Amino acid sequence: MAELDTSSGGGKDKKVRSKKANTKVDLTAMVDLAFLLITFFMLTTSLSKPIAMDIAKPDQEDNDVKMELRASETMTILLGKNNKVAWYMGVAGESAPNIEGFSDIRKSILKNKNDLYKAKGRLLIIVVKPTDGATYKNFVDIMDEINITGIKTAPAIDDVFITDDEKAAMKAGGIL
Amino acid sequence: MARAKVQRKSTSIDMTAMCDVSFLLLTFFILTATARQPDPLEVKIPSSTYKIKVPDLDMGILSIGKGKVFYEIVGSDIKKATLIKMGEKYNITFTPEEIKRFSVLGSFGVPIGNLKEFIMLTGEARDKYSKASPGIPADSTNNQLAEWLMQSRHSVAELHQTQMRVSVKGDSEEEYPAVKKIIDILQKQKINKFSLITSAEGGQ
Repeated sequence: MAELDTSSGGGKDKKVRSKKANTKVDLTAMVDLAFLLITFFMLTTSLSKPIAMDIAKPDQEDNDVKMELRASETMTILLGKNNKVAWYMGVAGESAPNIEGFSDIRKSILKNKNDLYKAKGRLLIIVVKPTDGATYKNFVDIMDEINITGIKTAPAIDDVFITDDEKAAMKAGGIL
Repeated sequence: MARAKVQRKSTSIDMTAMCDVSFLLLTFFILTATARQPDPLEVKIPSSTYKIKVPDLDMGILSIGKGKVFYEIVGSDIKKATLIKMGEKYNITFTPEEIKRFSVLGSFGVPIGNLKEFIMLTGEARDKYSKASPGIPADSTNNQLAEWLMQSRHSVAELHQTQMRVSVKGDSEEEYPAVKKIIDILQKQKINKFSLITSAEGGQ
């Protein structure tokens, strides 16, 4: 292959010699292959490791422990069908929920968070309410958005108490 | 003036050492790579930007997809102990061979009555069986899933003196109520903290 002829030419020697076969094997291809496989194994071992998202849900049997949330500091996010969410600040029914897709929810969370911090210096609390129309991916996505936006207060996950006001608003938006 | 004679040198390098090293590394990576067992239940996990890696020990992984639940216990000693406990619970005696074979199985999703049959299957037949099987029964009248969880948690506590972590591996398209049903079973056992398994999100 990539080998120059370094023999001193000639060929005048007419004597019949036993031909010496070259014992050198070209290893280039073999090394290429080996490195390709090394790269593959290196990448797959570190990348295929799945990632855990820790979730804490409120205890179902322990109903005595209740935490009062201030309405002005609470943002409720309802997960509906067709990959849509509805969110509102404060008390259900008082303000009309905004219906958004998953691409816009991050902006809304950040805006609410910053507004609240500027006005009162308090941290935003998020209540996530997945409804029956939501998929598992929606739920993971919203938890991820909360993580991305740096909400440090633990989000409350509530899939039991979805009020009539919320249901009506979601029906009106066509996502329930 | 005599012209300087250019010495002709061989351009071929000795690749032997390089080859040796690369194959050594290759062997190392192949051996350290944990052979991933194919999931009998195909689950497309959603992605997230979380950074916490899933631990390798003392885990129970619940795969949820297409309305079925499969369970995987991590660690062969835990699997053995759990199977023996489940056998006692449901009055099924597993032979030592069955226990041994079960200890190397990945995730499974068969009712306990069919478990013996499932263990003795091999390779492709087992995959086929898994695809056709209804998963682990998890309704309120016959809640084998809760029993599996409970026994594996006991086994982890006895053998490793730690708490078992429960992870949920759900399909992206799975409806939330199906996931909620499983999570409710967890919460009945006072497992209020668990992890959702996601894949790393690229390009963020």
